[in-house]
Amino acid sequence: MPEHHSKLYWAINDSLIMVWRTLLPITRNLEMLLLGLILPVNILLLFVYVFGGAIDTGNTTYINYVVPGIIILAAGYGAARTAENVSLDMAVGLIDRFRSLPILSASVLTGHVVTSIVRNLLSTTLVIAVALLIGFRPSADPLAWLAALGILLLYILAVSWLGVVIGLAAKSVEAAGAFSFFVLFTPYISSAFVPTETMPKVLHSIAENQPYTHVIEVMRALITGGPASSHGWLALVWTGGITVVSYIVAVHLFKRKAAR
Amino acid sequence: MRVYDFSGIDNVIITSSIEKSYKDLKVLDRVDLEVQKGTVFALLGQNGAGKTTIIRILSTLLKPDAGHATIMGYDVVKQPEEVRKVISLTGQYAAVDELLTGAENMLMMGRLYHLSHADARRRTIELLDQFDLADAAQRIVRTYSGGMRRRLDLALSLIATPQVLFLDEPTTGLDPRSRLTMWKLIKDLLMSGVTIFLTTQYLEEADQLADKIAVIDDGKIIAEGTAAQLKQQVGKERLELAFAHPHEFRKARQVLGSQVLHYDEQKNSLSVVIDGSPRHLKQILDQMEQAAIEVDSLSLRKPTLDDVFLTITGRQTTLEIKEGEESHA
Repeated sequence: MPEHHSKLYWAINDSLIMVWRTLLPITRNLEMLLLGLILPVNILLLFVYVFGGAIDTGNTTYINYVVPGIIILAAGYGAARTAENVSLDMAVGLIDRFRSLPILSASVLTGHVVTSIVRNLLSTTLVIAVALLIGFRPSADPLAWLAALGILLLYILAVSWLGVVIGLAAKSVEAAGAFSFFVLFTPYISSAFVPTETMPKVLHSIAENQPYTHVIEVMRALITGGPASSHGWLALVWTGGITVVSYIVAVHLFKRKAAR
Repeated sequence: MRVYDFSGIDNVIITSSIEKSYKDLKVLDRVDLEVQKGTVFALLGQNGAGKTTIIRILSTLLKPDAGHATIMGYDVVKQPEEVRKVISLTGQYAAVDELLTGAENMLMMGRLYHLSHADARRRTIELLDQFDLADAAQRIVRTYSGGMRRRLDLALSLIATPQVLFLDEPTTGLDPRSRLTMWKLIKDLLMSGVTIFLTTQYLEEADQLADKIAVIDDGKIIAEGTAAQLKQQVGKERLELAFAHPHEFRKARQVLGSQVLHYDEQKNSLSVVIDGSPRHLKQILDQMEQAAIEVDSLSLRKPTLDDVFLTITGRQTTLEIKEGEESHA
């Protein structure tokens, strides 16, 4: 016999089970987690040791300049994997099965997003550890670190929910996988690796105004000091906005796509 | 908690005038069905006939454009939550979590059906054992064979002891041995009093499993009844004649004319309906002899569900129409 509890109890219970099912494979397969680190760490090493010397970042050392960008790149790259995971659930018919259960069916999406946050906080910590080993010297106090963590969380949340939308909309798992590359390459036209001042005029204005720059500049200001100026609230608006819009679209798509 | 007691109700599934279109394409056209408690109902049809659409509507995944359907008295559109508590759906693809073990899949589904930990664990052990998956319980599902996945899929559907079970093409893509295993499992399920609604493209499967069969074609139910009733509709016996040469085959087709039920140009064979009497048999053979056509071999057989389908729809199910034949028609 099923147990009797309140609706809210079951909504939380169902979501936790969905988190459990997506987290479990990660604990069993830690190599996968480390594998996801290879690319961001390689990019870190590449920029610090190969290009870094030739890039003028003013008063700060290049490694201190580039690490906030790498953190965002790594977290975004990882969070984008949500698209693949959701699309795989669609492809094998699991989403249909969940929808025929007496549960809050959108909890399967929540499960993917929560797992993405846990996974990416973990991998970001490892990226920071590598950065510290090769000479990254942050100047943040605990409060600033906490604020940086908050921005990072919001950012992962935004990319994960956007990933859910892509995963639901994609025609195949492979197509959903392309989202990772989009997220991986967009930061190149931003202040992630180089100051934007030297870019051609059009590119410069794109780079200055795209969401990545705002998020990265806030991280940079919080972790290594410096002015955040208007980047602070712009980063909040962008990540908050993407999260809310993606969530609404995701829930809508979930109901419609699955009911094809 | 259920408000009414439906234990006395005979018809567990009732649909009336269900309609569904995708854009201009009508997929379901006024479908009326009734399924009795504790029976197996088979919806038989080809790909694209509308089978999956009906299952999706009955399992609350899709809303019909018109008409209504109830499961154990609950309306599938107005009371989806109640319906979901009494049904279980096994879709066309083995919908299992490939990254978890078999046992983990079971526990997950049990907990999602809101069983207690203890109950979920007990049912997991019982069902994995019953479905011959106990040895593979701790293996990641990605390593399972196709047959094992289907068995796990079915086991997942049963964890909360549903009263109505929907099986959408339960054996499509399985090898013959796995198919037999699935059939046996489905037959065994009936002991527990569950009502099963299944779809299939295999006439033999409907014949083997179902108490009642509905034939669906282009979204319409074109025939309904027990396997025996359907077979009766299409005459008593089939006489199959095979010829050694294509020209004899073609001549025989001409001579027999409208008596020919269907033919196979590749095998140079054709079949006609006869009433089963020696006189009728002789009459046909006489026709052949008068036209000087030599019959290579002949056989008599009872009609199968293939013949039922062929007779009702006028189309062949298992034989593919050759390009050359299309121009003849």
